[in-house]
Amino acid sequence: MDSALIPKGVKRCPLWQFLLFIGAVGIVLLWGVYAMLLCWFKGLNQTNMNDYYGFALWIWADLAVIAVGGGAFFTGLLRYIFGKDVLKNIINYAVLIGFICYSSALLILAIDIGQPLRGWFIFWHANVHSMLTEVAFCLSCYFGVLTIEYLPLILENRQIEKVPFFHHLSHNMHEVMAVFAATGAFLSFFHQGSLGGVAGVLFGRPFAYREGVFIWPWTFFLFTWSAAACGPCFTILVTKITETITRKKLVKDNAIELLAKISGWMILTYIIAKTMSMWYWATVTAPSKGFTLMEFYSNNPLYGIWIVVAEILICGFVPAFILITKKGRKNPLTLWIAVILAVIGVCLNRWVMVLQVMAVPVMTFDHWAMYYPSWQEVATTILPVAYGVILIAISYRYLPVFPNEAELNPIEPVAEEATAVESPVELEEDLKPAEA
Amino acid sequence: MKYNKNHRFGMVIDLDKCTGCGSCMVACMAENNVPFRKDESNKLLSITWMRVFRLTNGEPFPKTDICYLPRPCMQCAGQHEGHSPCVSVCPATATDYGIETGIVSQIYTRCFGCRYCMASCPYHSRYFNWWDPIWPTGMEKYLSPNVSPRMRGVVEKCSFCYHRYQLAKEKAFMEKRRELKESEYQTACAQACPANAITFGDLNNPDHAVHRMVNPDPKHGGRPKNPHAVRLLERLGTNPKVYYLSSRNWIRQAGDNHLKNEAKIKKPVHHG
Repeated sequence: MDSALIPKGVKRCPLWQFLLFIGAVGIVLLWGVYAMLLCWFKGLNQTNMNDYYGFALWIWADLAVIAVGGGAFFTGLLRYIFGKDVLKNIINYAVLIGFICYSSALLILAIDIGQPLRGWFIFWHANVHSMLTEVAFCLSCYFGVLTIEYLPLILENRQIEKVPFFHHLSHNMHEVMAVFAATGAFLSFFHQGSLGGVAGVLFGRPFAYREGVFIWPWTFFLFTWSAAACGPCFTILVTKITETITRKKLVKDNAIELLAKISGWMILTYIIAKTMSMWYWATVTAPSKGFTLMEFYSNNPLYGIWIVVAEILICGFVPAFILITKKGRKNPLTLWIAVILAVIGVCLNRWVMVLQVMAVPVMTFDHWAMYYPSWQEVATTILPVAYGVILIAISYRYLPVFPNEAELNPIEPVAEEATAVESPVELEEDLKPAEA
Repeated sequence: MKYNKNHRFGMVIDLDKCTGCGSCMVACMAENNVPFRKDESNKLLSITWMRVFRLTNGEPFPKTDICYLPRPCMQCAGQHEGHSPCVSVCPATATDYGIETGIVSQIYTRCFGCRYCMASCPYHSRYFNWWDPIWPTGMEKYLSPNVSPRMRGVVEKCSFCYHRYQLAKEKAFMEKRRELKESEYQTACAQACPANAITFGDLNNPDHAVHRMVNPDPKHGGRPKNPHAVRLLERLGTNPKVYYLSSRNWIRQAGDNHLKNEAKIKKPVHHG
């Protein structure tokens, strides 16, 4: 029924199956929308946040999706600026994932603020000394860049492309994409860094506070670095999940392996820098404020030293060593393990820099503050996931997201007959791989 | 005597005098139209611009000792005047540092409720309006007309009763005076304290009691020269304008975090 919209040379599931899938995920989405409306109309009393936990699940989710969405800018940088042509086979998907991550981050921020209608005050009454102001500006601009990067892919839909204007627009946008890739990398450097700075500048919170260079705490650089390192792992992970669900090979191994290799070296260098930064903080910065390292990791039911071991050792060094070895990244199982660990690692880092910062007592007579999210917080955090799944499903079905798909999954001759009876299958000779 | 023309309004709280009666908290709530709910038992959700903490030295009987510690907003100056933990992070300039007074203000109509300032404050002096303020029937007539009530979704905090400063300035202006007398600008909590434990005034003015009590060192961000005076979390560099006096060593030690080799006393315990 919708075969005219499906890219040439590829096969898709029947429409009813697709709609059933969208409907199932749509129910989860509606649940999240309901919770979101509750928060907007009744206020943030719908959450389990309190005056000790002013930052909670949402801010973590925000930081986490932005970190894993870093795959878009870093892959774009490698493809367009450093000329890694082999990544053209995965760049479309990296952009799509980045678009989903950043639109989700903006949505979460819109729910998280107490007066959503005043959200624009951050631009109008901007305090240039605040890291959050920098985040807001760069985040919004970069979302614009991602939209521009995603647009040519939409214009390559079979029916839209038939319109000469859209066809030429798409072509010309491809021509200048390097400019947007460079802009995206520049903006990402600042907003990823500023998100690290959000915690790092809190000199009233010894657990978060870090020294640094000029106005930038070390977390500024570590956040950018970790996003560039672990973002591509998330791109690989989502690609692998998509391949598993569709039961197709969608991206050539050489693209995955190159991205995995670069990511591995980035994770290794990041985690060494992170360890050094933490060592300095634990032995110099924190003691100068009257704290020992173990005071931050004891006398509470959750935050033990295990979290350091998990973040740095298990989710840092382990995936790094797997990915930098040829054997490790070529083996499907170890590749899966490595990308999952890397994604968990960066998310855990963001959790620590948001949730644990709020939990640690600062005044000597204060106490650890524990927090668990309300169902409204959980639902609104799952909402972007459902939205992402739906957008990926629609994009995958109707847009040439994977340029190698037709080549990697040749359609058998019997499929030709099926085209006559409304099957979403096209002849292979008509194939025209797309490239962002 | 010459002194800095800019004021640095501050507070000195004598912890040896404080009985923990809570008059300061009540006076503050009434003066500043602080909203409340039917159930105020969850202190992580209730708004208390002035909050009294109860500390003990953690020693068993008969060495047990108790201290009540009232905690308003510390009106931090930061490492350089105006670089308060909260002011420096607010993305919408909804909280500002008054160079003329040293008071950290909160602009309720500009705050959009991101709560970054709350995350930055180590004293937990900032509170979020999780609910709309609902006053018991008839009580709205008793609200102070000088303080604007806050709406749901914004942050609020102690302002050192700034409206009183404005009223005193207006009165002085009408009387063709430029300076205020010490008694003309006093906070509600300082006036309500029956034990006279709270003293308020200009730390820059040597004639004011607060200056004489703590003898602030302007070369070190106002650090007290009086050995019996401390500021909370001095080591963080927040440079607060609220000072605590006590003759008891464990209480002064409780004001800041110390490494084991620096202090050989038990950490204080907070109750309730």
